[in-house]
Amino acid sequence: MYKSLADAIRDAEAEGKSLSEIALQRESEDQGRPIAEIRASLSRALAVMRGAIGDGMTGELRSSSGLVGGDAAKLFNDAAGPLADTPFRDILARALAVQEVNAAMGVIVAAPTAGGAGTLPAVLTGLAKAKAIPDEKVIDALATAGLVGAVIAERASLSGAEGGCQAETGAGAAMAAASATEMLGGTPSQAGHAVALTMQGMLGLVCDPLGGLVELPCVFRNATGSAIALAGIEMALAGIKFAIPADEVIDVMGEIGREMDVRYRETAGGGLAATPTGRRLARERLYQIRRS
Amino acid sequence: MVSLLDIIGPVMVGPSSSHTAGACRLGLLGRGLVSGTPQKAVVELHGSFARTGEGHGTDKAIVAGLLGFRPDDERIRTAIQIAEQEGLDYRFEKTTLSDSAHPNTVRMTLERGDITASLTGSSLGAGRVLVTEIDGYPVEVTGNFHTIALVAEDRKGSVARITSILADHDINIATLKLTRKQKGGDAFMVIECDESPGEGVRDEIRSLEWVRWARRLDKVSGA
Repeated sequence: MYKSLADAIRDAEAEGKSLSEIALQRESEDQGRPIAEIRASLSRALAVMRGAIGDGMTGELRSSSGLVGGDAAKLFNDAAGPLADTPFRDILARALAVQEVNAAMGVIVAAPTAGGAGTLPAVLTGLAKAKAIPDEKVIDALATAGLVGAVIAERASLSGAEGGCQAETGAGAAMAAASATEMLGGTPSQAGHAVALTMQGMLGLVCDPLGGLVELPCVFRNATGSAIALAGIEMALAGIKFAIPADEVIDVMGEIGREMDVRYRETAGGGLAATPTGRRLARERLYQIRRS
Repeated sequence: MVSLLDIIGPVMVGPSSSHTAGACRLGLLGRGLVSGTPQKAVVELHGSFARTGEGHGTDKAIVAGLLGFRPDDERIRTAIQIAEQEGLDYRFEKTTLSDSAHPNTVRMTLERGDITASLTGSSLGAGRVLVTEIDGYPVEVTGNFHTIALVAEDRKGSVARITSILADHDINIATLKLTRKQKGGDAFMVIECDESPGEGVRDEIRSLEWVRWARRLDKVSGA
């Protein structure tokens, strides 16, 4: 797969293709598999994503610690709030739904990881519903998301333990931004700006889950990450350009991750996990903390 | 090489690709070593596996792997109860392996019938795993391919003999890694194959008088 978004965008523009076509073509060459087979795998992934959103919206699931669950349904059912009946509100609910399912040991697609699995399906399926986009184009968008994730894996990291939350939900938001921008008619170059505009807003975000579990704040970070991705998409489609190229923004995310103190890299040693309430909840609710 | 489908995937039971999906794959690799569900399993958890494993369902996921469930199988949630029905007698212990061990490492000692095997492996993130030791021998097995691991005397023609056995069984080699500690000492061979070498292939390799030890492991990840 590509190691640089600039290379992928250049190839797409030179060949008059979309980023998803370029990504599927390269994946097919790399893995020796026909494009139809890769699209079939992505189609199955989309079905699992939608299944998780549906399960999460029921509001009946709780995580093993009981700390998270039921909040997606509140957004889904409650008619109050200034953004009721907007795609924005729907997308926040979808992101919470996937992560609540994940925390309850339900089936999700780790895209890019389990902890960051909410943003991409929320943004893509939410916008596809709002704009009546056919599934074939959503599947193509997943290929573009995979391309962006692969570039981030190559240049920086997709692991909270290595790079903080910016590497998980930040990557998920950047993947969502590029793929949705393309799905809504943006050019490859605009998709690149969507990555940069989104990732700049996620830089420095630490990974500080209570008790080290993929629950709190992970569930909510996927919702706020979706909001930042939507901001990136909106700006990119309006023709706004970010002066620092996406590859360089990704590089600096990797650099910040490497410099980040270990307390902020999934160890529960700092951030929200180490607040008085965070420690108390971890003690009360998370048995593996009580025992150590 | 990063695959697009590694990024948009795996499909898995949550909550953690390293602590749940990777742990399940390590259990599956252990199951392969004893060619079925073990009757007895001692599972030692190291580092983050020991500290946050229970909240992430690491115990359920490893037991599920030993039972033959894959990372997307919802039976992972009830694997502990299923293990009791299936007669899998397991015990979890917390341990501290060497300082250089990956934070998410597990050591399993498994028994099935008259077969006993041990395996040490780590979950590297995003569901990827690496087996670093089998029966006390150092190896590097990713589980992305069907694998044969063996220890032989360091002698001329040994690679040719082994590869011809695989060719005779119509098995194509994807990668082959050969290392040795010193000239004339033990030679370690890890062969990743496109097709699954059956127990017959393993037994044929074991029957070579200069092969000290050989194991086969089934593929547990990848397309």
